[in-house]
Amino acid sequence: MTSSAMPPVSPVSEPQAASGAAPGTGPVGTLLTGQPPVTATTGPMIAIDSVSKWYGDFQVLTNCTTAVTKGEVVVVCGPSGSGKSTLIKCVNALEPFQKGQITVDGTKIADRKTNLPKLRSRVGMVFQHFELFPHLSITDNLSLAQRKVLGRGKDEAEAKGLALLERVGLKAHAHKFPGQLSGGQQQRVAIARALAMNPIVMLFDEPTSALDPEMVGEVLDVMVELAREGMTMMVVTHEMGFARKVAHRVIFMDKGEIVEDAQKEEFFGSPRSERAQTFLSRILSH
Amino acid sequence: MNYNWNWGIFFEASPEGTGTYADMLVSGLLWTILTALCAWVVAFTIGSVVGVLRTLPSRAAQAVGNAYVELFRNIPLLVQMFLWYFVLPEVLPESWGTWLKQLPNAPFYTAVVCLGFFTASRVAEQVRAGIQALPRGQRMAGTALGLTTAQTYRYVLLPNAYRIILPPLTSEFLNNLKNTSVALTIGLLELTARARAMQEFSFQVFEAFTAATVIYIVINLLVVTVAGVIERRVAVPGR
Amino acid sequence: MFSNFDFGVILNSWRYLFLDGMTFTLTLTALAAVGGVILGTLIAMMRLSGLPVLPQIAKVYVNFMRSLPLVLVIFWFYFLVPYIGQWIIGAERPIQVGAFSSSLITFTLFEAAYFSEIMRAGIQSIPKGQAAAASALGLTYWQSMANVILPQAFRNMLPVLLTQTIVLFQDTSLVYVLSITDFLGAASKIAQRDGRLVEMYLFAAVVYFTICFIASLLVRRLQRRVAIIR
Repeated sequence: MTSSAMPPVSPVSEPQAASGAAPGTGPVGTLLTGQPPVTATTGPMIAIDSVSKWYGDFQVLTNCTTAVTKGEVVVVCGPSGSGKSTLIKCVNALEPFQKGQITVDGTKIADRKTNLPKLRSRVGMVFQHFELFPHLSITDNLSLAQRKVLGRGKDEAEAKGLALLERVGLKAHAHKFPGQLSGGQQQRVAIARALAMNPIVMLFDEPTSALDPEMVGEVLDVMVELAREGMTMMVVTHEMGFARKVAHRVIFMDKGEIVEDAQKEEFFGSPRSERAQTFLSRILSH
Repeated sequence: MNYNWNWGIFFEASPEGTGTYADMLVSGLLWTILTALCAWVVAFTIGSVVGVLRTLPSRAAQAVGNAYVELFRNIPLLVQMFLWYFVLPEVLPESWGTWLKQLPNAPFYTAVVCLGFFTASRVAEQVRAGIQALPRGQRMAGTALGLTTAQTYRYVLLPNAYRIILPPLTSEFLNNLKNTSVALTIGLLELTARARAMQEFSFQVFEAFTAATVIYIVINLLVVTVAGVIERRVAVPGR
Repeated sequence: MFSNFDFGVILNSWRYLFLDGMTFTLTLTALAAVGGVILGTLIAMMRLSGLPVLPQIAKVYVNFMRSLPLVLVIFWFYFLVPYIGQWIIGAERPIQVGAFSSSLITFTLFEAAYFSEIMRAGIQSIPKGQAAAASALGLTYWQSMANVILPQAFRNMLPVLLTQTIVLFQDTSLVYVLSITDFLGAASKIAQRDGRLVEMYLFAAVVYFTICFIASLLVRRLQRRVAIIR
């Protein structure tokens, strides 16, 4: 997507992440989410503590520990099969894990008493294959969860959806169905759908890897803006350009373990582990 | 062939004294349609529930769903018909059994319940296949948005699954319609039974069966046409 | 609940139930399955032949059979077969046809419509390159069908054909409408004679269930094996 198709981004003061500002200092979720900043919590927004997961005998995650603070953008990378998608799906309990604990905004997700649907409604998620609902129009895709989960009225939900569609440059497509849009357009709708829930954090699971190359840019543009507006984001991606531009931290995973968890400059400057070095040289040489 | 054709037989009075042979067949047709429609409501409802059970993460739910399908698929429909009609009233507490036996139109109700439960096992199989044919991410996307499991099924999975399985559901509906004829064994006066009665009264075997055959073929064509219209109407643009 | 039931009635009549009834049912099933698959394959080949008229005839036959309830078809043939026999051999009057022959003809012709749809899918599932390769080697149409296409189609479709045969096995119970002594017919006759409907019908259900359930488990196992080999 070219920048001309993207409506100008308003009230945010300045791109805070581009300069590598300290995490959590920017304005939080004031623009796209249209919600007052989340009341300050003392702990991190996402805390992943010694999480291990098995499929039968096969261990997919080994003792993963990390945290994402408010307003921080963390990129998770690593070779395929390294467990990065599994880890991000554990954060909103789409995948169960057997050991360890994850808290989101202070709520333990593996706690039986936790109201998972309510928690998930506050955690936006964008999938590799978009996962728009094919039988619903774009408008209805955006309204469904607002109405059924948040209890918003039809008009309110549709107005909210339309405003977000405008943000991602797709207002003219509101009446269409997912099958009538390109991959890049569908993924932008999917981002808008997640934002419509006023999430306090956004998870991206390889949001551009199912896209034709010429469509990657338009999706990344939306994500960059979101990051610059101060959204807390955890992004599984191979797009190192995106990481360089807006990430605060980069996590590198291999074989189910977090091998490296470093500030962006440090990661791109001098990765400590050999595995991360190999990975970087491979991915950057293409 | 030394067979005495008499196509005028349809306009002769039937020995039942309530009209012509044609009237007899029409009343059979109406019972066939009524039974098929009522049984389909039962089959669609139970079949959807059982089909959904088989796709839930809970092992217990899957086991219940699988048991239902195995039970109703592995006993011949005719035997099931006898179980509902002859056996059920005997094994129920006596007062219930008596009530069942005295029920007016018992063959009709029995046929509806029996066909409904039987066809439900086949509908369940289609519903399960339809849900499992959807990308796994659809369920995740619904869940990630905060929809409950019930909401995810109601608003995301089932609307898509039903669209996929519309063609096999149409043929299950037709099977269900044809299967109403099995209920003639418990005394339901549906189309095949009326054609058979006409043959016994009038000895015009081939006229009676030809008429029934033509009627079944016309209903089939009608159902297929209507299903085509529904399919086009619910088709999702862009797919 | 079952205290006043007499399951001894089953013990007393097992020879009749199984030696007469079940033997009839199984023989009818086996012969109709073999006949139905052979005829069904021929119909499928007609349908896919690309020749004039033949595909249309095959299609009309299949759709016609599949539009009718089996009970009606059973009645049709029960009354029609004597006349056809008379016409074929040029007899004076409709010939006598036994219950077994009448049922066998009915089920073979009826199930052929269903088997032909399975075989059609099976033949279509074989890549076009196979027929081309066979022709390139100089095989005639019939040689390539018999040695290359049909064996593969048959193997791919074996689980589906067997599942349809289980359906056929259950469907044979409908000969009840002609008062024939198949397994259910035998059970029903004893039930009426001794006034033991509950016991006999429950027993019939259990027997049918056991046979069909085990058979479908075996088919599923075969299906997995076939899937692995491919």
